[in-house]
Amino acid sequence: MVTAMTAERAWDVLSRVPDPEIPVISVTELGIVRGVRAQDEAIEVVVTPTYSGCPATEAIARSIEQALLEAGASSVRIEQRLSPAWTTDWIAPAAKHKLNAYGIAPPHSTIEPTEVAERPIVFGPRGIACPRCASLDTERLSQFGATACKALYRCRACREPFEYFKPL
Amino acid sequence: MTGTVKTNTAYLDYLLRIADSSLILGQRLSEWCGHGPVLEEDIALANTALDLIGQARLTLSHVGRLEGEGRDEDALAFLRAEHAYRNVALVELPNEDFARTVLRNFLFTSLQLPLWQALGSSTDEELAAIAQKSLKETRYHRSHAADWTVRLGDGTDESHARMQRALDYLWPYTSEFFSPTPEDEAASAARLGVAWPTLQDAWEAQVLPALATATLKVPQRTPFLSRGKQGVHTEHMGHLLTEMQYLQRTYPGGTW
Repeated sequence: MVTAMTAERAWDVLSRVPDPEIPVISVTELGIVRGVRAQDEAIEVVVTPTYSGCPATEAIARSIEQALLEAGASSVRIEQRLSPAWTTDWIAPAAKHKLNAYGIAPPHSTIEPTEVAERPIVFGPRGIACPRCASLDTERLSQFGATACKALYRCRACREPFEYFKPL
Repeated sequence: MTGTVKTNTAYLDYLLRIADSSLILGQRLSEWCGHGPVLEEDIALANTALDLIGQARLTLSHVGRLEGEGRDEDALAFLRAEHAYRNVALVELPNEDFARTVLRNFLFTSLQLPLWQALGSSTDEELAAIAQKSLKETRYHRSHAADWTVRLGDGTDESHARMQRALDYLWPYTSEFFSPTPEDEAASAARLGVAWPTLQDAWEAQVLPALATATLKVPQRTPFLSRGKQGVHTEHMGHLLTEMQYLQRTYPGGTW
């Protein structure tokens, strides 16, 4: 007996679809699912990309589709919506703790990009806490890490490298 | 009716300039993949290239829909002839070295910043959405390029000399950013886009102080004016397209 596919149930299914790059958080915690509509058993999901060049966007669409079909949706349509543009402020507070536990320093508030826009030269924000030892004595090694959304840092206290989820 | 069609063509050209400039710079930066001076910079340039190609994909798809002739982002990216590309010539110039690459990124992203800011309030809702999205990414691209511009310009004798050589080479091509065109006038009159000549003050306010901090000497403006926006490209463009279009030209419709 398959339970009827409602929008509420679809949200629940999506809350268990992991981000392919950061599997400790789900696509709903990441804040990229902007809406779900259900008509009978057909589901329509509105998603927004994090970065326009994010290579995970298509993989995410496929895993959303697969998860909903497996949960009993008769069809799944995915609509990409750009506006309003995704911001790291949409990452759920609980997910920020998960990121930290996973070794990725969570994003600070979005004050930084404004500074970036107003100042011609910025040698990296300071005061990013090391996710391992919590020291604030850290330095930026590179503005881009393994993915566009992260920067590469090093902790000067415990000497471990770590990634910082950049505010966007 | 002719008037309407004409306006549309001008606006499509205006959009293509934005899309193609991102696309061609993305293609140039992707040449660094596997060749960066250090791993971190290899990754940074590849990430920037991905964002630029992402911006191009969104904008080209939009052009395809407005045009209504059934061309999608791939048809527009891979199956046009050289003279149909509307990118500014600066972005098609060869990378040469890391100095020229980061300085070009700095000069171009300093244009993209005020451009995306202005386009964020375009009456074309799709373009406004693309601009608001891209603006956030471009801030990081420009900050990366600005950091390196200062570090290398105000660095060793060798890095300074390379940056100055890069600036002397690239600077004349920046005049094209601000040369008036009928497409700029049409887009601005319809409040679809901003006229690029009006961005010059904002661009200089970003660029000149950073170049001064980088201890680089800004060359004199000359009458030289490249015309990539009109589809007149440098000798380098054909070579770039030959590589970029190779697969679709050789195996039409090929997918993987």
